[in-house]
Amino acid sequence: MLKQTEGSHAVAEAVGLCRPEVICAYPISPQTHIVEGLGEMVKAGEVTDCEFINVESEFAAMSVAIGSSATGARTYTATASQGILFMCEAVYNASGLGLPIVMTVANRAIGAPINIWNDHTDALSQRDSGWIQLFAETNQEALDLHILAFKLAEEVSLPVMVCMDGFILTHAYERVDVPTQEQVDAFLPPYEPRQVLDPTDPVSIGAMVGPEAFSEVRYLAHAKQMQALELIPKLAAQFKTIFGRDSGGLTHSYLTDDAETIVVAMGSILGTIKDVVDEMRQAGEKIGVLGIISYRPFPLEEVRNALQNAKRVVVLEKSLAVGIGGVVSTDVRMAMSGLQLEGHTVVAGLGGRAITMKSLHALFAKAVAGELERLTFLDLDWDVVNKQLERERTTRRSGPAAESMLRDVGVVAARIG
Amino acid sequence: MSFQPVHFYQTGTFTVGNRLLEASERSVQANIERTNSLNSGHRACQGCGEALGARYAIDAAMNAARGRLIAANATGCLEVFSTPYPETSWQIPWIHSLFGNTAAVATGIAAAIKVKKQKGQMGDVRVVAQGGDGGTTDIGFGCLSGMFERNDDVLYICYDNGGYMNTGVQRSSATPPAARTATTMPVGPEPGNQFGQGKFLPAIAMAHEIPYVATATVADLRDLEYKVTKAMGMRGARYIHILVPCPLGWGAASEDTILLARLAKETGIFPVFEAENGEITGNLKIRRKQPVEEYLKRQKRYAHLFGKKPAVATIARLQAAADKNIRKYGLLDQEAN
Amino acid sequence: MEKPFAITLDPGSSLANHTGSWRTSRPVYIDRLPPCNKQCPAGEDIQGWLFHAESGDYESAWRHLTKDNPFPAIMGRVCYHSCESVCNRGQIDEPVGINSVERFLGDEALKLGWKLTPPSSESGKNVLVVGAGPSGMSAAYHLRRLGHSVTVYEAGPLLGGMMRFGIPKYRLPRDILEAEMQRVVELGVKVNLNTKVDNILNTMADGKFDAAFLAVGAHIGKRARIPAGDAAKIVDAISLLRSMEGEEKPMLGRRVVVYGGGNTAIDVARTAKRMGAEPLIVYRRTRAAMPAHDFEMEEALQEGIMVKWLSTITQADESSLTIEKMALDETGFPQPTGEFETIEADSLVLALGQDVDLGLLEGVPGLEVKDGVVKVAPNMMTGHPGIFAGGDMVPAERNVTVGIGHGKQAARHIDAWLRGEEHVPAVQHEVANFEKLNTWYYADAPKTVRPMLDIIRRQSTFDEVQGGLDESTALFEARRCLSCGNCFECDNCYGVCPDNAVIKLGPGKRFQFNYDYCKGCGMCVAECPCGAIKMEAEEI
Ligand SMILES: Cc1cc2nc3c(=O)[nH]c(=O)nc-3n(C[C@H](O)[C@H](O)[C@H](O)COP(=O)(O)OP(=O)(O)OC[C@H]3O[C@@H](n4cnc5c(N)ncnc54)[C@H](O)[C@@H]3O)c2cc1C
Ligand SMILES: Cc1ncc(C[n+]2csc(CCOP(=O)(O)OP(=O)(O)O)c2C)c(N)n1
Ligand code: SF4
Ligand code: SF4
Ligand code: SF4
Ligand SMILES: [Mg+2]
Repeated sequence: MLKQTEGSHAVAEAVGLCRPEVICAYPISPQTHIVEGLGEMVKAGEVTDCEFINVESEFAAMSVAIGSSATGARTYTATASQGILFMCEAVYNASGLGLPIVMTVANRAIGAPINIWNDHTDALSQRDSGWIQLFAETNQEALDLHILAFKLAEEVSLPVMVCMDGFILTHAYERVDVPTQEQVDAFLPPYEPRQVLDPTDPVSIGAMVGPEAFSEVRYLAHAKQMQALELIPKLAAQFKTIFGRDSGGLTHSYLTDDAETIVVAMGSILGTIKDVVDEMRQAGEKIGVLGIISYRPFPLEEVRNALQNAKRVVVLEKSLAVGIGGVVSTDVRMAMSGLQLEGHTVVAGLGGRAITMKSLHALFAKAVAGELERLTFLDLDWDVVNKQLERERTTRRSGPAAESMLRDVGVVAARIG
Repeated sequence: MSFQPVHFYQTGTFTVGNRLLEASERSVQANIERTNSLNSGHRACQGCGEALGARYAIDAAMNAARGRLIAANATGCLEVFSTPYPETSWQIPWIHSLFGNTAAVATGIAAAIKVKKQKGQMGDVRVVAQGGDGGTTDIGFGCLSGMFERNDDVLYICYDNGGYMNTGVQRSSATPPAARTATTMPVGPEPGNQFGQGKFLPAIAMAHEIPYVATATVADLRDLEYKVTKAMGMRGARYIHILVPCPLGWGAASEDTILLARLAKETGIFPVFEAENGEITGNLKIRRKQPVEEYLKRQKRYAHLFGKKPAVATIARLQAAADKNIRKYGLLDQEAN
Repeated sequence: MEKPFAITLDPGSSLANHTGSWRTSRPVYIDRLPPCNKQCPAGEDIQGWLFHAESGDYESAWRHLTKDNPFPAIMGRVCYHSCESVCNRGQIDEPVGINSVERFLGDEALKLGWKLTPPSSESGKNVLVVGAGPSGMSAAYHLRRLGHSVTVYEAGPLLGGMMRFGIPKYRLPRDILEAEMQRVVELGVKVNLNTKVDNILNTMADGKFDAAFLAVGAHIGKRARIPAGDAAKIVDAISLLRSMEGEEKPMLGRRVVVYGGGNTAIDVARTAKRMGAEPLIVYRRTRAAMPAHDFEMEEALQEGIMVKWLSTITQADESSLTIEKMALDETGFPQPTGEFETIEADSLVLALGQDVDLGLLEGVPGLEVKDGVVKVAPNMMTGHPGIFAGGDMVPAERNVTVGIGHGKQAARHIDAWLRGEEHVPAVQHEVANFEKLNTWYYADAPKTVRPMLDIIRRQSTFDEVQGGLDESTALFEARRCLSCGNCFECDNCYGVCPDNAVIKLGPGKRFQFNYDYCKGCGMCVAECPCGAIKMEAEEI
C-alpha cells in the first residue's frame, strides 16, 4: 500500500510486519521515532506476541537482544552515534555468538564535539564488528532492507545493521509502498535458530576459546559473511518476485557502463549525486555512479567489475578515518587493486554539513579535469580552520577548539543533544 | 527468623543431609539424584567457594524449576573455569555474553520465554543470571539496576568473593576494608583496602523495592537453598548475594572455605538476612558469636594486621563494623527485641 | 543441534578433564574408634548400636548391642557407665546418656520378647562354665553362639551371682535379672544349679569337658580386727545382702552401723533404711576418697542415710561402738587423733571388701595365684591349659561389666584354643578424640534426665529407684550421639565437595571418592562432623 509517511515510521511498520518478538529501545536522536512507533504498535496490539522493553542504556539494549535472540526470539533494536559506541562491546559479542539480531542505525556523527546530525562515522566505527551492514538510499529501500535483513540474518546466523541517514531519511516524509502482512510472511518464515537456549537440549553458549581454536572461529565468521555475499543477490531476486520491486542486492550501478568517471557513495547522498550526474551527462560528460548497499560483507568483485572500465574513481564518503583519510575509499581501492585507475577520496557531509548540487558539480568537474587532489574535504571553511591553527600555534591555553570556531563562524550552538 | 531450622537431633538441619529426616525435609544437595548443574572437571581452584556456591544455588534453582532453567553468566572465574573450550561443566542451558551485561542478557532471555510461552511454543522456563562481585556491584551494576527497576522476571545471583579474582585479585567495590588485593597493597599509612569506601549491594537492591533480596553463605546450605527456592517461587526481579570464600584471593587454606564463610556470619562481618519488597523479613542469627580476629587471622589478605605489631586499632574498626551489622540486622537473639 | 564451532559446547563435557591429577593429598574414608567404645569394659560397639537407635530401629540396635553383651537391661541398671565419662559430647554439653538408652533397649526387648540369635552350627565341643554370675553367663552366651555345648555349674540356687545376692533389688529388679539370664539359657545352655564345683579337674574329667571357664566371683567378706564383746552383733555385708534374697529377712535392730566406704557399704545402708532401720555409715576417710560412686552416695544421702567421715571403729559392744576420729596428714592419708566417741548401735555390718574362694582350684598344676586372685594371660587362660578364668576372681576392676567383658573375651579365646588356633583381636582403630570432630554441625541438645522414684517410696520400699526413658526420650538421647569417628551419613562430604568428587552410594552404603576429579582440597575432611575422613599424602 502506498502511503506518504515519515522514514522512521516506514521502518517501524516494516519491522512490525516482520513479527518481531523482542524489541529493546533506548532513545537517541535521530533513531527515536522508529522505536517510539514500534512501542506504540506493540502497546496498541498492532504488533502481537512481542515484548517491548525500555532498557537503561544501549549497552543493555544490545545485551537484552543477545539474551532474547539466543533464546530463539526474533529480536530488533535501533540506535545511532554515541549509542552504538556505548553498546560496542555487546555489538561485537552479538556477532561473535552468531545471533541474528537486526538493528537500525540512524546514522549520525560521533562526538566530541557532540553533534546529532548525519554522517556515517557511527556505523563505520563498527566496520570490523562482524555485523552485516546494509546502507539504504531511500526510505523505500530502508523499509525493504529491514525485511531482507531479518531473512538474511537468520539464514546465515549473523546480526545485520540497516543503516539509514539520520534526519535525511529518518525524518523525511516520502511516499513509500508498505507491503502487506501476507507478502512479508511469504518472504520471511518464522525464525529457526541454529543454536538456542533450551532446557530440553542444553548447551553452553559463549565458551572461552584459546589460541588453539580462535583463528578458526574468526575464519568461520568471515566465511559466513562470504556466504552472505552470495546470498544477498539471491534474496534480492526473491524479494522482487514477492514484492515486485528491485530492492537490496550488493550494489547499485547508475550509468557506469561507459563511464570514465565513476562516483562511489553510500546512503541517501546517492540521490543528489545521480541528479548531478544526469546534468553532467546531458553536458556530454561520461560519468556514472556506483552505490554500495552492502558495506559488510564488502562486494569486492562487484565493485571491481563496475569500476574496471573507468578512468577515475571518486569515493565520496560521509566519514573520515582521522590520520589517513577515507574509510570506504580504502575498501574501494582494494577492489581496484591492479587496475590503472585514478582514485580520489572526498570527505563530505560530516556532522550534517549539507552537500549541495553546486558543490558536487564543481567537485566532479575538477575530477574530470584531473585537478582533484587525492584527499578532499568538501566545502571546508579554510578561514576558520586556519584561524584556529594559528591560535593554537601562538597561545598555549587556546581554549576549546569547537567553541572557538563557532564563535568565528558566528553561530550559536544548537541545543539539541 | 528467615529459615526455620529443624530442631531434630543429632545434626538437625546443620548438615547437608540427615538420614533421620524425611526425604522431603532433606536438602537438594543431599539428593543422590541432584542435578550437579555445575559438574566435575571444571578448573576452579581447590576448595573454590564460588564453584560450591554455584552448584548449591543452581541445583536448588533447578530443583525449584523442575529442570526448566536457563542461566546467563558474567565473565569471571565462574565462567572461565566452567567453560574453557572444548569443555563445559554446565548441564543446563547456559550463556556467557560479557562481563557487565549479564542482568540484561537475562532480561532478554526472560522476554523471549514470555513471548514463546504466549505463542505456545515453550512451557514455563525460568531464568537466573549469575556473576562475581565485580561483574555485579561494579561493571554490571547499570544493567542490574535496570533489570531490578523494570522488575524483570530474573533471579540474579551474585557470588561475592570480595574482589576481581579472575584477573588476579584486584579490588572491587565489594572488597572489605583493610583487605590486601593486588591494587590495595598492604603498604603505606593505610595498608590494604581503604575504610569508608565500597558498597553493600543487597541494601541497594532493597532500595529498588524488588520482590526479594537475600544474602547467604556457602556455610549455611539449608538457608541458601531455602532462599533460592523461595526466590524461585516468586516472579519479578530477585537478588541473592552469596558470600563465597576464595582460597587463592583470601590467602586461606583450601579446606577452610566453609569455615571462613561460617566465621564471616558468626562474627557479624557478613549479615545473613532476607527482605521482601524492600523490607527486611528475616535474618539468620549468630549461633556461636566469635570475635572478628577469628575470621581475619585465617586469611593472608589480613596478615598485615597481625604479626609482631598487631594493628589493634584497625582490628577494632573491623570489629566495630561487625558489631554495627549485628545491631543493624539484629543478628544476636537478645538484640532481636 | 548443529552448534557453532568452539563457542557453543555440549553439556557436561568437562567430565573429560580429570582434575584428580592436581591432587597432592587424597581424602580417604576411615572408621575411628569412638572413645565410648574404647572405654566400654564389655567391648560394646556403642556408637554402632546408637546408630540404629537414632533411626528408631530399636530391634537392630538391640541385636547389634547383644553381639557383645547379652544383658542390656541389667547393664542399663547396674553398669557404672564409664563410657559416658569419656563421651565426646561431654565436652559440648553433657555426655550422651548411653546407659539410659541401653536400658531402654533392654527393657524394650523384654517387653517385646526379642530372642537372642541361636548358633547356626554345632562345634561338638563341650565347655564347662563355673559360676552363673555375669562373667560366667556372658561366657556361656558367647560360647553357645559360637556353637559349643555349654554347661554351667552354679553353687547357688539361682542364676546371677552377685547381681542376685549382692546388688539390691531396688537397683536391679529380679524379674529383669531373671529374664535376661533365662534368655541365655534358652539358647541351649545347660545349667546345674546348687552344684558347687569342689575340684575343677575332677569335674572336667567327669563331664568330659574340653575346656573350662571359671567365674566364681569373690564372696568371702573381709573381716576387720575389731575387739568385740561377746554380745556384739557383727555381720558381713555379703552375707547380709545374700540373706535379703532368702525367706527370712535378717534382724539388724534400729541403729545399724555400716563400716566401709564402697558401693557395698552404701547398698547395705540403703537396704537397712528400707527395712525401717536408721543406718549410719562409718568411713575412715573423706567423701572425696570414697571408692563408692558419687551418684550412689548422693542417692543414699537423699534417702536420709547418715555418714561419719574420718572415723574408725575401735571397739564393738552389745549396743554401742567406740569410734576414733581421724585426721588427714599432709599426704592426705588419715591418721588417728586419739579422740574417741561412743555411738549407739544395735548391729555392725562390715563392708570391707571380698576375697575369692579358691577351694576348687587346689592342686591344679600350673595355676598361679597372687594377692588372692588367679592370674590369667591376655587370652584369659590360667597357667593351666584349657582352664580360663574371669570376673571378680582375676586381677581386674570388680564390676559386672568387666566380668561380662572377660566372659566375651574368654569365649573367643576358648573357641580358638579348641580349634588349636589363636584368637587375634582386630587391631583397634585410632581413637576419634574430640579434636577430630567438627562440632558445629551438632544440634544443641541437653541430656535427658531419667525419672527417679519419689523419696518416700525410696525410703520404705524396694521398688526400683531409677526409672527408664520412654520411646521419645530414648530416641532423643540416642540422637545426641555424635557418631564419633564413624560415618553417620550426614551427606556433608557429598554436599561440600566443590568438585562433585564424592559419590553417594545410597542409604546404609555410605560414600566413595571419585579420585578422577577430587582435587584434594580437604574440605570434606574439615566438614565431616564426626572425623570419618582423613587426608593422606598422595604418592607422587
Ligand atoms: C553389694 C554389691 C553391689 C554391687 N553393685 C554393683 C553394681 O552396681 N555394678 C557393678 O557393675 N558391679 C557391682 N558389684 C560388683 C559385681 O557384682 C561383681 O563384680 C560381679 O558380680 C562379678 O561377677 P562374677 O561373674 O565374676 O562373679 P559373681 O557375680 O560373684 O558370680 C560368681 C558365681 O559363682 C558361684 N560360685 C562360686 N563358687 C562356686 C563353685 N565352687 N562352684 C559353682 N559355683 C560357684 C557363685 O554362687 C556365684 O553365683 C557389686 C557388688 C556387690 C557386692
Ligand atoms: C569489560 C571488561 N572489563 C574487564 C574485563 C576483565 N575481567 C574479566 S573477569 C574480571 C574479574 C571478575 O571479577 P568478579 O566479577 O568479582 O568475579 P570473580 O572472578 O572474582 O569470580 C575482570 C576484571 C572483562 N572481561 N571485560
Ligand atoms: S558421642 Fe556417641 S560415639 Fe561419641 S563418645 Fe559419646 S556415645 Fe560414643
Ligand atoms: S561427612 Fe557425614 S556423610 Fe561424609 S563421612 Fe562424614 S559423617 Fe559420613
Ligand atoms: S572436598 Fe572433594 S575435592 Fe576436596 S578433598 Fe574432598 S573429595 Fe577431594
Ligand atoms: Mg569476585
